[in-house]
Amino acid sequence: MIVGGGGTGGALAHDLALRGLRITLVERGEITSGTTGRHHGLLHSGARYAVKDRESAVECIEENRILRTIAPGSFELNDGLFVALTDEEADYEKLFFESCEASQIPARRVSRAEALRLEPNLNPDLRCAVQVPDGTMDAMRLPLRFFATARRNGADIRPFTEVVGMSMTTPKRVDGVQVVDRASGRRYDIGADLVVNAAGPWGEKIARMGGVDVPIQPSPGILVAVRGRFANMVINRLHASGDGDIVVPQRELSVIGTSSWVTDDPDHLAVPADHVEAMFREGSAMIPSLRGATMRASWSAARPLIGERGASTGRELSRTFKCFDHEAEDGVSGFITIAGGKATTLRAMAEATADMVCRKLGVDRPCATRNTELLPHTAYYA
Amino acid sequence: MSSPVEPANDTHATSGTGRSVRFRVSRFKRGDRKPHYQDYAVEVAPGTTVLDALTAIRRDQDPTLILRHSCYHASCGTCGMRVNDTEVLACVTEVAGLDGGTVKVDPIANQRLVADLVTDMVDFYDKFTAVDQPLVRDSDAIPAATVPPGVPGFTRFENCIECGLCLSACPIVATDPRYLGPAGLAAAQRVLEEPREADAFSVLRLTDDPQAAWRCHLAFECTAVCPSNVDPAGAIMFLRRRLASDRVKSIFGSGRRP
Repeated sequence: MIVGGGGTGGALAHDLALRGLRITLVERGEITSGTTGRHHGLLHSGARYAVKDRESAVECIEENRILRTIAPGSFELNDGLFVALTDEEADYEKLFFESCEASQIPARRVSRAEALRLEPNLNPDLRCAVQVPDGTMDAMRLPLRFFATARRNGADIRPFTEVVGMSMTTPKRVDGVQVVDRASGRRYDIGADLVVNAAGPWGEKIARMGGVDVPIQPSPGILVAVRGRFANMVINRLHASGDGDIVVPQRELSVIGTSSWVTDDPDHLAVPADHVEAMFREGSAMIPSLRGATMRASWSAARPLIGERGASTGRELSRTFKCFDHEAEDGVSGFITIAGGKATTLRAMAEATADMVCRKLGVDRPCATRNTELLPHTAYYA
Repeated sequence: MSSPVEPANDTHATSGTGRSVRFRVSRFKRGDRKPHYQDYAVEVAPGTTVLDALTAIRRDQDPTLILRHSCYHASCGTCGMRVNDTEVLACVTEVAGLDGGTVKVDPIANQRLVADLVTDMVDFYDKFTAVDQPLVRDSDAIPAATVPPGVPGFTRFENCIECGLCLSACPIVATDPRYLGPAGLAAAQRVLEEPREADAFSVLRLTDDPQAAWRCHLAFECTAVCPSNVDPAGAIMFLRRRLASDRVKSIFGSGRRP
């Protein structure tokens, strides 16, 4: 039983279905209607994390390689450029490049002149650049392939089915969930040997229904889509990390991201005027013509970061994921939570969670998702 | 700029703005005989979209209201609906840009209604996947750009976001569900324009049918409502010219079809 129809839930349903388990997945709204569909659509090379968070970087490049094989045709595989604009950033390039190499991320140093040949719209004052295997994914259609394949393998996917409570025989045992089918209004229970909370930034709310606390901190960021492709490759600012430091081309749009703050309510995400302005300001530092671009949309997405309360900006919270076994940690059996992570690492998150599920259920079957090609996204609607 | 608290200057706000707009939303649940309208009042800011308003209704007033949405930037195609009787994506339709008064919201037409604003997209995909159009195209890179080492060639996602607005607006689909329809025909045109590994002949044969390229009445509603520059009507004209010229060639024996 999986709660949450985002990328994590979909990848987990796929993994467990391949291992022969009977899976039901419920999602409050449409599949990928939470954080999953709303991100910038970056297939991470891991380079963004190489200097500060080696673990995330290695995880990203490994999953980047796997996704290219199991989901062919789902990406704009145009690579990415990290662009240094200032003296300070040009100095940082050495550490950045070496950190990419140390994380097994194929990186190539690119001179100013070559960078401008690759991307004619870049700021001509750039100092140097590094090419890495970033790419663009369709934030909805890649996860849909996991859902489509899971369903083909027997998983029961139920969108518009909202969890309103946990079925608990004792305060220490979760036996299933109480749901409302929002298409009919019918309320019913679904029994389960194990309930996996994969509700992303809503995970804390679901955990509380089972009487446990998980340190999930919803951390929204803003994104701005403008009309026109201002680059072929993904353009990143070559610096530690900051607001408005990435431009992801996708279809006939360019998506500029992002900012970061923290909130308690992932259903109430603001689109602050000053953040929108910052996306244009910082984006146009890398690609000057973005300044005059026509905005197509501005929106916010809540990252499901793991951390302690009291974090102020979200940037200091971990980007890696964690499985919580509520039996071991809180004495509540039949219940686990998967939290954190990134779109690029959805398969790895699912593998780790499915391993835990199988251990708890006494199922001895290995993960098969690394080598299983996914059905096309259109198969979800078959 | 990372703010420690949620900032107050929300350009998409749905409360505290002082400007209230009435939404008349189509409601339907499984077992109902037919849909009915229900009214809600939502406060809006200059940037508030119809999608923001609908999710605010769900959050603050009525948790039973359901709708489809995902990307919030006109890239996934899930939030297609009819707003004041015109097919739009709710995520990029600002309430401030609509003509005064009440905002009427209905699900897209010509698809099976599931509940409220949610339709079943199976019929759309049946027609769309009749032509096996790849998600990614090889053309349309920035012309002056050099392809970097290690990249076989620039690619990008196709324009069609599979929203179903063209099928909803098409007067032929409304009267004849057998018609292949604008999205499927536009996909066929793309495959013929850039065949890659596809079998162009079978795609052409699929479109050369009274229920395909020849069924269109040139209403151009599909192109008018397309939120993603696909121009299905233009694609259908392309297919007709191509089919007609292939027929001439086959009659005079000046080439093999296609």
